[in-house]
Amino acid sequence: MLRLPPARYLRDLLPALSLALVLAAIAWLNPRAISYLGFTLMLNLAVPIALATVAQMFVIAGNDLDLSIGPFVSFVACVGATWLMDQPVVGVLLLVAAVGVYAALGAIIQWRKLPSIVVTLGMSFVWQGLAILILPKPGGSAPVWLQTLMNIQPPFLPFPIVAGLVIAAAAWFGLMRTSYGAILRGSGGNAAAIGRAGWSLLKIKAVLFALAGLFGVLSGLALLGVTTSADANIGSGYTLLSIAGVILGGGEFVGGIVSPIGAVIGALTLALAASPLLTFLDIPPDWQVGANGVILIVVLAARAQIGRKAVGT
Amino acid sequence: MSVTTLLSRPWIWSFLGAAVVFILAVSFTGGVGAGGMITTALALAVFTIVVGLGQMIVITLGPGNVDLSLPANIGLASAVSMTVMNGSDSLVAAGLLAALGCGLAIGIANYLMIRTLGIPPIVATLSSSFIVQSVDIAYGRGLQIKPPPGFGDFINLQILGVPVSAIFVLLLSAVIAIALRRTVYGRSVLAVGQNARAALFAGLAVERTRAMTYGLCGMLGGLDGALLAGYFQGANVDIGNEYLLSSIAVVVIGGTSVAGGKASVPGIWGASLFLVLLLTMLNTFGVSAGVRLVATGIIIVAVIVAAGSRSLSSPGSN
Repeated sequence: MLRLPPARYLRDLLPALSLALVLAAIAWLNPRAISYLGFTLMLNLAVPIALATVAQMFVIAGNDLDLSIGPFVSFVACVGATWLMDQPVVGVLLLVAAVGVYAALGAIIQWRKLPSIVVTLGMSFVWQGLAILILPKPGGSAPVWLQTLMNIQPPFLPFPIVAGLVIAAAAWFGLMRTSYGAILRGSGGNAAAIGRAGWSLLKIKAVLFALAGLFGVLSGLALLGVTTSADANIGSGYTLLSIAGVILGGGEFVGGIVSPIGAVIGALTLALAASPLLTFLDIPPDWQVGANGVILIVVLAARAQIGRKAVGT
Repeated sequence: MSVTTLLSRPWIWSFLGAAVVFILAVSFTGGVGAGGMITTALALAVFTIVVGLGQMIVITLGPGNVDLSLPANIGLASAVSMTVMNGSDSLVAAGLLAALGCGLAIGIANYLMIRTLGIPPIVATLSSSFIVQSVDIAYGRGLQIKPPPGFGDFINLQILGVPVSAIFVLLLSAVIAIALRRTVYGRSVLAVGQNARAALFAGLAVERTRAMTYGLCGMLGGLDGALLAGYFQGANVDIGNEYLLSSIAVVVIGGTSVAGGKASVPGIWGASLFLVLLLTMLNTFGVSAGVRLVATGIIIVAVIVAAGSRSLSSPGSN
């Protein structure tokens, strides 16, 4: 009973292994980067990416996909840099309303049995348009408290790592350790069974999307805190990054199989592989995007191979 | 065909939507430029239709199948075709072949990643799009080759207000529609999309069907790249960017089932015309870029909600 096949351990450990591999490569290329300051700088964009990945994870847990999270993060950053700065009450109300829109989308998707890909695709135009309307030209400025928060220097551990731990712990506890979290994941595993057991699938979907909206808001604000000003395209890469992060972290597109801790580790790996590693490798700018693609393929292929073995044993 | 049977076709709604949008736009201008509006809409819709057809066949393969590498593919093929044509009319055929080959290679690479490495299609095609984009940036930098005059003229040529490119793509669409209904390959695509396991046990060449589909989608992306470069007078790394979202949007608005196994070629036409005319309408209203995006998004969501679960409730989907 106690002996699990090693491949299964390997599969659970894979997100951490890929992160370790990227870290080892960085340490080998530039030992000085492995320091308090080095991590603070290298991971400075990891916090918003991790939050967006967790947002995507909630949607994927219900067998859906959010193609609008990137533009949504842009929208939030634009609201943060304008309304939240000038009229905090209006800003907060706007962001609360945005989370409400997410919940309503979840409810509509469940009620009308709509493909989430298309609904969120349409919403991606809406958020992008709203972001442009709020902030036609790059600019605005982050509220001081946000900048202060993102620049905290805690003792021993750099802020991005502490933040990553807090995000992972919160998402893990909520989704993996509470009874309603199990119901939420169950809706991705076998929606019919959860429905027959008396749970409202409408409410479950609304809650999953509301959580995605909430973490999307946190991601946009964190991004704004790091960059201190916003523009309407600031989060455009986040849709694809967040999906890749969830899958890298051990999540599956179907079946309610997700791992909050893995997702955060996946996001950190992507953030590190995206630019610090490539900079140290002296990859010319033209090929950096391509190198990202290669790294993604290698890690995902390794994950798939180990996953296959785990199923086989 | 009676009205009821017509209304039961999944694609009819996209044409109705296109008609409504067109009438709104024309009534705003007081009837001025209605013909020109249709000509321009057809000429622009052609590009969405070509990639939409490719995306449609891939999505028909079943849940999870999608090609996110189309924009990068279009960008690279536009550069490759312009380089091979090198501004000379005698090399147009060679340039088109090169674009098709380039797209085919990307499609097959996508399939191999999905099959041999076991990566889900969404992330596999996403990763490959990064690599293709890099190749394009490195290869196409500062590429300032104009399309051969004959090729550019041909794409902009009109007969009685109908763009020749639209006629050409109509033929292509007919071939694809017939292939889906009447050939072993086409019927295999539908069967795999409805139930891949059943298709396998029925002795169909499931993997060959998948490989051919990703290859075909890649080729259509490559063709689109060459056509776009001809229309816009040159290759560009970003030339295909807008087709990531629109290729998926036209598939679904057109009534193709995202659950797989049920495709609609006419729907691609209706939905592409709908999207292009929607843009034309908002432009005639003179709204800003932000309002245009918000309106487009809300209308897409509204259309999907109004059409309801129609596209998912096909008897074939599981």
